[in-house]
Amino acid sequence: MGYSFTAPAKNWATEPIERTEILWITIAGLWCLFMFGWMIAWHWIGNQNMSNEAYKTSTEAYAKKTEDFTAKYTVRQDASDPSLPVVAPPPGSDVYLAASRWQWRPVVELQKGKTYRIHISSLDWAHGFSLQPENINFQAYPGYEQVVTMTPNKSGTFGIVCNEYCGIGHHAMLGRIYVKE
Amino acid sequence: MAITTAQSPFRIDPLTGLRIDLTAQALVKTNAVLAVVFLLVGGIAGLLVALTRWPAVHLLPADLFYMALTAHGIVALMVWIIFFEMAVLYFVASTILNCRLAAPKMAWTQVVLMTVGAAITAVAILQGDSSVMMTSYVPMNAAPHFYLGLILFAVGALIGCGVFWGTLVIAAEEKTYEGSLPLTVYGCMIATVIAVFTIASGAIILIPTFLWSLGLIKTIDPMMYRVIWWAFGHSSQQINVTAHITIWYTVAGLAFGAKPMSEKVSRTAFLLYILFLQLGSVHHLLSDPGLSSAWKIFNTSYMMYLAVLASLIHGLTVPGSIEVAQRRSGLNNGLFEWLRKCPWGNPVFACTILSIIIFGFIGGITGVVMSVEQVNMIIHNTIYVPGHFHGTVAGGTTLAFMGLTYYLIPVLFQRQLIMKPLAALQPWLFGIGISIFAVALMGAGTLGVPRRHWDITFAGQALGFEWPGMAQMMMAIGEIGGVLSVVGGALFCVIVVGSILAGEPVPANAKNIVAPPADAGGHKEIGMGGFEAPGTFVLALVLMATLILYYFVNFKYLSTIWTLT
Repeated sequence: MGYSFTAPAKNWATEPIERTEILWITIAGLWCLFMFGWMIAWHWIGNQNMSNEAYKTSTEAYAKKTEDFTAKYTVRQDASDPSLPVVAPPPGSDVYLAASRWQWRPVVELQKGKTYRIHISSLDWAHGFSLQPENINFQAYPGYEQVVTMTPNKSGTFGIVCNEYCGIGHHAMLGRIYVKE
Repeated sequence: MAITTAQSPFRIDPLTGLRIDLTAQALVKTNAVLAVVFLLVGGIAGLLVALTRWPAVHLLPADLFYMALTAHGIVALMVWIIFFEMAVLYFVASTILNCRLAAPKMAWTQVVLMTVGAAITAVAILQGDSSVMMTSYVPMNAAPHFYLGLILFAVGALIGCGVFWGTLVIAAEEKTYEGSLPLTVYGCMIATVIAVFTIASGAIILIPTFLWSLGLIKTIDPMMYRVIWWAFGHSSQQINVTAHITIWYTVAGLAFGAKPMSEKVSRTAFLLYILFLQLGSVHHLLSDPGLSSAWKIFNTSYMMYLAVLASLIHGLTVPGSIEVAQRRSGLNNGLFEWLRKCPWGNPVFACTILSIIIFGFIGGITGVVMSVEQVNMIIHNTIYVPGHFHGTVAGGTTLAFMGLTYYLIPVLFQRQLIMKPLAALQPWLFGIGISIFAVALMGAGTLGVPRRHWDITFAGQALGFEWPGMAQMMMAIGEIGGVLSVVGGALFCVIVVGSILAGEPVPANAKNIVAPPADAGGHKEIGMGGFEAPGTFVLALVLMATLILYYFVNFKYLSTIWTLT
């Protein structure tokens, strides 16, 4: 006899395990193995995986890359805010998005069904890259340049929200991606 | 090692028959009362957060909102919980092992350090220049004393773990128990092992950050900070899981005379926690640059989900042990007679069973799904995350601690609970409130609503956009649930403080412990179909089916977003 809070019987290590527990451990263990395998398998059978391509950089170097990228491919000023250039890089090219307090820049225009190498980094603090309404979320740091290869499968206007708290202007930190047919 | 065998004053508690070391009792009371005071503070901060994120109310201005959110995270998630855990450690080591507490002066040092530390950090937050959230990611910086307070608090907690271990040594030397450690003590011991790892990680990152805030260190790498901070931040939640599961087992014993279905299985499951649970720190890093998929998959799955397996085992064996005890004492009809005839109006039991259900169905299932490397991309840093961890930490840990508190008030303070009808209602108010909160926020997070965000309407922003109506409705419903849980939490504080100050004395002949049911001999005299706990098994299968369904629903959603390679 005894409780959960009294010393167990002397033979506790050799007592047989009851059927309820044996069966449950078997079921739960199999499901755990399946989940482990499925997470690995998704790298081959799924279309949503991180490339894990990343580079050490500096905020100055990344700011320069973003400026050059913006200057090279600007096609117009944004309709919502005429002070913002809209950048339309060719399919397959590298796209540089820079987070800083409190904006995601530049605004870019992509084409549906085309693939782009999207670079994400921060020029000051930690920020979040949250693409809405797709709900794709990545982390951005100063000094680290993350590359995600994205192929938009829908057209429209997509917002970038910062979802890593970055100070008093955090909730005003936005960006935008247009995807045209 | 020199161990004094000096007698320490004690009393025999009439309710439980337990021998209570009076020094330990004073320390348990002090830690528990401080815990409840901080729960109240954390709850008030939480209420302010909820009333701001409820779109129709939007109470606080931005700066105060971020301040309240920082305070809520630190006070409710760290201070309340760790103070209560100190009370649990001291109670378990001394009373359960029938032993005096080791090094009482060190234990009082723990109380002072943790109180002073929490106060210093609280002051830093209230001064307004440390609204950096609980996580305080560099290079965002807080005032130096923000970090200093946390460091002192952690040192205090480390001392508490040392006192616990010292007491185990004394109990073994003085042979205050026979054979192996009781499961309750064993579980706490596992929690302290995880705690030492946790606090070491915290020291490794917070001490340099403190020096950096003073200008003595030039830079702290933001990525390294996150990796090590989460070895502290996530592991501290694993202490909580281990502690509250230990409390589940203990309450099953106290309220039903239950013993573990199999000591071997339960102990092995706890051991898996030491080996694998901390790997889960990587759950927070899955969307970060520079980490390989192999590394992420190994860690995020706790090495092939062995820690998840451990939790699934506890999830079965705790209610299973209650079922076995109930069936042994005659409630052996059908699948669920044992469950129907549980003392649902007893707040000790209600808190515990709600903790088990909420932790399993809300915190557990979502935790397993969101920590899949790929699924995390559609969840990371959305308000889904707070939804999830309120299911684990508020619904799981806090409710379990509330249940134990209801049990311990008559034992330690020798007072009955006041307002018993309200005490019977309180677990349901808190549990249902936090469940609504968690589920609705996870709904809003699935639709992309960000966490730690003051204004999802993006008022006045040229690049602003509108969330789906459903997301806004989910935020409103969730925060109403949040307010409900705060009311439940406040009621808990009122009942606890009221009972301590004004409760009726415990009657002389009252008993507060259920004798183990007689083992009629043979394993197959209870249950159905060769199962001792068939009802629990069916409920466990429901949990498994829910988990599998929810897992694939999320992969289905994932497969519709942009192609990412």
